[in-house]
Amino acid sequence: MKIVVCVKQVPDAKDVRLDPNTNTLARDGVQSIMNPYDRHALEEGVRLKEQYGGTVTVLSMGPPQAGETLREAVACGADEAVLVSDRAFAGADTWATTHTLSQAIKKIGGADLILCGKQAIDGDTAQVGPGIAERLGIPYATYVKKVVTCENGAIRLQRMMDDGYDTVEMDLPALMTVVKEINEPRIPSLKGKMKAKSIAITTLNAADIGADPDQIGLKGSTTQVVRVFTPQVRGERAMLTGTVDEVVAQLVEKLESLL
Amino acid sequence: MLRIDIEACIGCGVCEQTCTFGAIKVEEGHAVVGDNCTLCGNCVDACEVGALSIEREERATKGNLADWSGVWVYAEYRHGRTAPVAFELLGVGRKLADERSVKLAAVLLGSNLAGQAEELIAAGADVVYRVDDPSLAHFTDDAYGNVLTDLIREHKPEIVLAGATAIGRSFIPRVATSLATGLTADCTDLAIRAEDGALLQTRPAFGGNIMATIVCPHTRPQIATVRPMVMKPLARDAARQGAIIDVKPAAARMKSRVRVIESVMEEQDQVNLCEADVVVAGGRGLDDAKGFAQIRELADVLGGAVAASRAAVDSGWIGYPHQVGQTGKTVAPKLYIACGISGAIQHLVGMQSSETIIAINKDPNAPIFDVATYGVVGDLFEIVPKLTERMRGRNAR
Ligand SMILES: Cc1cc2nc3c(=O)[nH]c(=O)nc-3n(C[C@H](O)[C@H](O)[C@H](O)COP(=O)(O)OP(=O)(O)OC[C@H]3O[C@@H](n4cnc5c(N)ncnc54)[C@H](O)[C@@H]3O)c2cc1C
Ligand SMILES: Nc1ncnc2c1ncn2[C@@H]1O[C@H](COP(=O)(O)O)[C@@H](O)[C@H]1O
Repeated sequence: MKIVVCVKQVPDAKDVRLDPNTNTLARDGVQSIMNPYDRHALEEGVRLKEQYGGTVTVLSMGPPQAGETLREAVACGADEAVLVSDRAFAGADTWATTHTLSQAIKKIGGADLILCGKQAIDGDTAQVGPGIAERLGIPYATYVKKVVTCENGAIRLQRMMDDGYDTVEMDLPALMTVVKEINEPRIPSLKGKMKAKSIAITTLNAADIGADPDQIGLKGSTTQVVRVFTPQVRGERAMLTGTVDEVVAQLVEKLESLL
Repeated sequence: MLRIDIEACIGCGVCEQTCTFGAIKVEEGHAVVGDNCTLCGNCVDACEVGALSIEREERATKGNLADWSGVWVYAEYRHGRTAPVAFELLGVGRKLADERSVKLAAVLLGSNLAGQAEELIAAGADVVYRVDDPSLAHFTDDAYGNVLTDLIREHKPEIVLAGATAIGRSFIPRVATSLATGLTADCTDLAIRAEDGALLQTRPAFGGNIMATIVCPHTRPQIATVRPMVMKPLARDAARQGAIIDVKPAAARMKSRVRVIESVMEEQDQVNLCEADVVVAGGRGLDDAKGFAQIRELADVLGGAVAASRAAVDSGWIGYPHQVGQTGKTVAPKLYIACGISGAIQHLVGMQSSETIIAINKDPNAPIFDVATYGVVGDLFEIVPKLTERMRGRNAR
């Protein structure tokens, strides 16, 4: 089974906070990391490979430094790494991204199973997985929390819904996006780390993957960002002060007027 | 791409400070742009000497945009119930449709839909396209996606809205991809741009650290998924008139490559968190599961639902369905009481549109106080039990 896992390098949002003076993100010391959900997608891909046999290829579209994230993925069990990188990809929205990634998947000979994270923590769109599947003409399932079986050319899994979960089955080739409940990602093995150091990352540009110039980067994007701003915090607010009893009395008063 | 006029640039660094993405830096006396530039244009506006400009190679507009007219809402229906977000979307959809002087339609897909379409009309729809078919009994991305895509192709609405729910965020990307048009996920604000009638779609990014307003300039329809609990439904008006149109798609279009084996509804809390008027939430400040029990007590006394920060969920004090925030639920109750929660941005995005927020935290600098209507700096172990006691006494009266 040929498994492709799409991983994205994203800024680590954990410590990002708004700088009240400049009204911009305080990004000092903010590092680039592998998108947390993609870590779970990778782990699931490696587990499926271990159970059913096959190979895991990690694929990323991004600037050259995204190669670091691919090496990290190799350290965690991926066999091959492919980076699609070109200045022409800059400013891509999900429409352009899915064109690029699906072209790259075709270029490397397709896949039996494609895994993506539920969403990327920078954009939070959750659109790239379904978009790739649609462009490749294959079925998909989102929010997967468990793979039940993957046998006889079909995969059976549980996908989260707002009111519970559905168990579904689809024939391969197929794509799925995963939530973090699906597994606990492993830490890199020594052997993996060695391999990550020496592996040659296949790098492809727009021409290599036969990208349609009208469907990549900013020019190929269907959406445009017209304004970026910092969220407004609400106006009226008051601190309640005094002894514990006084504060509680004020709270009771507020609650009584509200309820 | 972003053009920098090196002659004009004075290396003042204003652009560097303005860039939310850290994509522009002053090096060797002038600005240099990096690969992570998103072309948002903030630096162009900020530059005092006009050294920056964005060169847009405009994408060709597909067809005649004026052929597309009307606002559509996908009315999510599952397990015998129309999702509340459908009514919220009809609320905002009505406003957008009136501003554009066009009709508001709802699309209702499922099986055994008796009585549902009438409710959508009472909630603001002029037209309901209804597909009531046993093959739509279970949600599948394939069948729902095909049917909605075909309806859009036939009727050409300019705007399509769906809830940013597990279902909406799953199959709408497929619809947008099939139609080769743009999709903006998880919007929290929608408006019509006066000059050209374009839909301005505002959504949080970077876990809510920034907001971005997005347009879809060259293709139609303009599609957005909208976060539940953000838009307000209209008051139900049973006298409102509308047309119900039954649609019978070809059987092949309702076939799915994904087979649903079973559909499990999990025990919901006594009070549904997302629909509760009062929510009492606890965080790491509760110290342990025993401490967390105080949150339940206060919630019980107030007749509210229990919520938690991710830290409390990760510690195992309460289940994941109670998590509020970026990776949990979004709530907007009348009253949200946050106890021992610091107010990390990922938590705030899930609760900051609550009407009244009360925060109890011993750290006066906790960011939760930035969004709190009433803040109390103090020890929750002293305050919460006393408050519970006093409110219990009041109930008894
Ligand atoms: C990608 C990503 C997604 C995330 N998604 C979410 C999400 O959906 N929801 C979410 O909540 N978080 C989320 N987080 C985590 C978030 O960044 C914070 O780590 C988390 O919200 C912190 O929880 P907390 O406020 O309970 O804990 P802490 O930040 O540890 O705060 C505990 C607070 O309790 C106060 N306190 C301690 N003792 C007392 C006492 N006796 N009396 C009064 N106050 C006391 C302290 O002063 C402190 O402010 C996410 C993070 C990432 C990176
Ligand atoms: N540039 C990219 N390179 C590789 N994979 C990506 C990229 N962007 C998105 N993905 C994949 O698509 C998923 C959803 O991303 P998004 O739609 O941006 O929220 C991610 O979790 C990744 O698995």
